[in-house]
Amino acid sequence: MSRLNPGGAVQATAYELTDVTYRYRDVTALDRLNLTVSVGRRIALLGANGSGKSTLLRILDGLCFPDEGTVRFCGNSLTEESIQNDGFGMDFRRRVGLVFQNPDVQLFSPTVFDEVAFGPLQLRWAADHVRRKIAETLEMMEITHLKDRSPHHLSMGEKKRVALASVLILDPEILLLDEPTAALDPRSASHMINFLVRLRGGGKTVVTTTHDLDIIEDVADDCFVFHEGRIAASGPPAQILGDTPLLKTTGLLHSHLHVHKSGEVHAHSHLHRHEH
Amino acid sequence: MPANSGKRSFLERSTSSFVDAMEHAFYAESTARADGLLQRIDPRVKLLGILALIVPAAAARNFAVIACLFAVAVALAALSSVPFGVLLKRVWVPVLLFTGIIVLPAPFVAPGQVVYHLPALGWSVTAQGLASAGYLVLRAETAATFCVLLVLTTRWNHVLKALRVLHVPAVLVTILGMTHRYLFLVLQSAHDMFESRRSRIIGELTPGERRRVAASSAGVLMSKTFDLSNEVYLAMQSRGYRTDISTLDQFQVRGFDWAMLGAFAAVSITALWLGR
Repeated sequence: MSRLNPGGAVQATAYELTDVTYRYRDVTALDRLNLTVSVGRRIALLGANGSGKSTLLRILDGLCFPDEGTVRFCGNSLTEESIQNDGFGMDFRRRVGLVFQNPDVQLFSPTVFDEVAFGPLQLRWAADHVRRKIAETLEMMEITHLKDRSPHHLSMGEKKRVALASVLILDPEILLLDEPTAALDPRSASHMINFLVRLRGGGKTVVTTTHDLDIIEDVADDCFVFHEGRIAASGPPAQILGDTPLLKTTGLLHSHLHVHKSGEVHAHSHLHRHEH
Repeated sequence: MPANSGKRSFLERSTSSFVDAMEHAFYAESTARADGLLQRIDPRVKLLGILALIVPAAAARNFAVIACLFAVAVALAALSSVPFGVLLKRVWVPVLLFTGIIVLPAPFVAPGQVVYHLPALGWSVTAQGLASAGYLVLRAETAATFCVLLVLTTRWNHVLKALRVLHVPAVLVTILGMTHRYLFLVLQSAHDMFESRRSRIIGELTPGERRRVAASSAGVLMSKTFDLSNEVYLAMQSRGYRTDISTLDQFQVRGFDWAMLGAFAAVSITALWLGR
């Protein structure tokens, strides 16, 4: 079983997963997975729905723990017991942030301001520091005008931005993003992609799950393709995007009917790209 | 296919009403920020003070004393910018209807001095029956008004934090907090589910079919609720939540709060004394 690290260069390790297996009752979500994530790399986890990407993100965020195998975070064992430890648990939560796919589950406070303040307050930051960081984060995400609004009354694009702000305020070294562009209109998706592109060279380790092939060259240095709980392939985005048989096998590329200008209707695979 | 515009079931109407009610819960957050007497009091003092007023309202055996406590509640509402229309709609009418149904038999079945005979039915109305019905309705109205004033003039996070400061078990406070956080999402989900089902139903369902639809919907909703509660809890954990509530505002008892606590205590003790 090979240990995969397509970055190649020797770098400090953020995560090291060894033979990780996770099951939901009878369904195996992750099957003896081995993965190393180096510090500062931007990783894309690609795969069709149900391929185990989101489960992996939860394991990386210490929200669930493997039935078999081990997870190490910056050299320390990441287990249910270690995360309960006040010192390690608080440090881990400060250093790792997860943005959920469904922003509704992440937005539970009465106002956007309270929502963004939630994380720092749980980590016992000083009140003045929290207020200053909230102002900066809201401005950075261009949502200052929403600060007194209830998160439940926002559009999906605004909710995603608030969810991202609620994590970014902690300035985590490792950012875990679950389908960041899912269910967004083109303008909101573009805003999100611009943000992800700006993370390039920022020193953060970013792990993004997606099945949107259009964005991976912009948001990732390395790709891991998931299929039935295992890593089917890994490599730089250009290499993965060029492997049509792989993309078809793993459900990332499909044929669908479409109409050409001539009026002809037929089906073949398409990889949609945006204009530069 | 046009959506069925037939009559909505009891369950659909109920979830729709609940969604409206939860929308009103956000209104409560805005009244809590208004500049009024109760809003200026430290939440812990307010919680203790309101409890101190509810006790004599429940225990007093003198109608005039309970009426005076009700007048105190009305005065507090006026001084705290809580509109009477809101109290009328959310407290006074619903409580009157609810307790009214409960106490309806009392004037006819309670033994005592007969003051009136119903002409058609020949039933006797007793003075003792009328008095006990009046006591119950007034007690319920007074206690409910105090409770609603507390909720309408205090941000929910502060209520929870005040409960913890007053040594209410963390488990109970956590359950309250979680309930508030995802109740809205569950109700919205139920509402959407019924809307979606209604859009696919043509004509009237038989009572048996309605029962089957209601039973299956309840099952699906329960499953969704479980998943959702789990997701919300994970999202909270991901940002450092453990068991205690942290808010940006630090509670501080000032001279004004001590004065108000004294006033609450004086009214409570006087009412208990006079109403014994």
